[in-house]
Amino acid sequence: MDQRIEVRIVGVSLYYGKFLALRHIDLDVPANQITAIIGPSGSGKSSLLRTINRMNEVIPGSRLEGQVLVSGQSIYAQNVDVVEVRRKVGMVFQRPNPFPQSIYDNVAYGPRIHGIKEKRALDDIVERSLRRSALWDEAKDKLRKSALALSGGQQQRVCIARALAVDPQVLLMDEPASALDPIATLKIEDLMRELRQAYTVVVVTHNMQQAARVSDWTAVLMPALDRAGELIEFDKTAKIFTNPSDKRTEDYITGRLG
Amino acid sequence: MARLGDRIAEGLVFLAGGAAVLFVALILIFLLREGLPLVRYYSPIPFLTGAEWYPLSGVFGILPLVLGSLLVTAGAVAIALPLGLAVAIYLAEVAPAWIKDVLKPTIELLAGIPSVLLGFVGYAVVATVVKNVFGLPTGLTALTGSIMLAYMALPTIISIADDAIRAVPDDFRHASYALGATRWQTIRAVTVPAAASGILAAIMLGIGRAIGETMTVWMVTGNAAVIPTTILQPVRTMTATIAAEMGETARGSDHYAALFAVGIVLFVMTALINTGADLVLHRMKKKYE
Repeated sequence: MDQRIEVRIVGVSLYYGKFLALRHIDLDVPANQITAIIGPSGSGKSSLLRTINRMNEVIPGSRLEGQVLVSGQSIYAQNVDVVEVRRKVGMVFQRPNPFPQSIYDNVAYGPRIHGIKEKRALDDIVERSLRRSALWDEAKDKLRKSALALSGGQQQRVCIARALAVDPQVLLMDEPASALDPIATLKIEDLMRELRQAYTVVVVTHNMQQAARVSDWTAVLMPALDRAGELIEFDKTAKIFTNPSDKRTEDYITGRLG
Repeated sequence: MARLGDRIAEGLVFLAGGAAVLFVALILIFLLREGLPLVRYYSPIPFLTGAEWYPLSGVFGILPLVLGSLLVTAGAVAIALPLGLAVAIYLAEVAPAWIKDVLKPTIELLAGIPSVLLGFVGYAVVATVVKNVFGLPTGLTALTGSIMLAYMALPTIISIADDAIRAVPDDFRHASYALGATRWQTIRAVTVPAAASGILAAIMLGIGRAIGETMTVWMVTGNAAVIPTTILQPVRTMTATIAAEMGETARGSDHYAALFAVGIVLFVMTALINTGADLVLHRMKKKYE
């Protein structure tokens, strides 16, 4: 495989207190591709996603063994600033969570906390980010209106714009369409394909069709007997869905498992 | 059957709500009935704008009392607001669970201390400190009253602001962290603004408590009915005036009516503050609809 690897997960185990949530995961995420993480509930999909921007650290008592490299740099090394990690690795959450502020302020939030103050620069970033998240045409006349006044799908695109505004290299998406209706879901999927040009996208989904439709690569997680999530298979999406090498993958995607 | 139960419950709730409104209305009517006859003795303009309060000579200018109340209250808010907000943020966002579990009930307990006891403390301790620190002839000043009132308003402000901040969904905090914000940036730019309406309600309740408080201010502010020029001189509040002088008046006299008129002014001021708070809250909510 001559793909450039953007995110390299090396021997990662994740504990919540004493509970082992992920066991020794190795995963290479190719640059400018969409990688889907699928698996049954409780297999640690979201946990694995959150190790890539250190959001697992928000949960008290979590502890990580192993290494995660983003563009070749270990993000858990001693001298690494978590702020810098999260600027490089953006995230979109399951439930649309725009701040109770205007659309503009939502998108400008990241650039502002990273020190951009000039209105011109912020205006540019807001417009560019909203264009990239395919919301500009709908939102350009109401930038000063509350983001909470938008529909769920539009809110999620505000969140995507907000994540893009700090110019990340990697975009993590944690079931970004699970709270949305089918039309909004398709829009988000179209958007993901667009975003792939400029970003490396990792998406967690419980929706197998979505993974099959949108992703280039698929990682399958499965809980072991002690409920720790393990990576059982990682391959091109087409291969996973037509000719999986692990029996459990086949059972899972055909609905016999999970 | 269930329907009947519903009806009865509905009726009871309606009665209770109606009774609350009725009581407020009755209080207002009573105040007006006892206070308005003052116009027979003293006209409203000099009453509201007069700088001299000599009830025994029949001079009833309440400006010094109004300004005394406002000064003491403003001072209390200036002290209690930053302090209360800081403690609430600490409790809601920073303190480990066990500190929270000890601190919050303790702070709420402070609200239960009888105000006359706080008056003691203010009179004996705070007044002395104020006197010595500022080199004043007396420590019974508006500032002393403000400090004590701030102390009394703090539990309310802290408790409600803490609830408001804690009610902000974690979704917002996580979104902010995921953008690389620090905890402090998140508190300042996301959590506190999202809790703004609750925090404002906390402040308004604190002000309401401060402006209506009687016993403590009566004991520690020196009760000189002069227009204050600094916060370091004795003042007399509307509430202390009513409490101090009511016992000396003959029912139906000009002085008696004047004290009720002071009560009307106090009532109107509190109502204005509450309405103002409601308006601000309403506008804030509307902004995000």
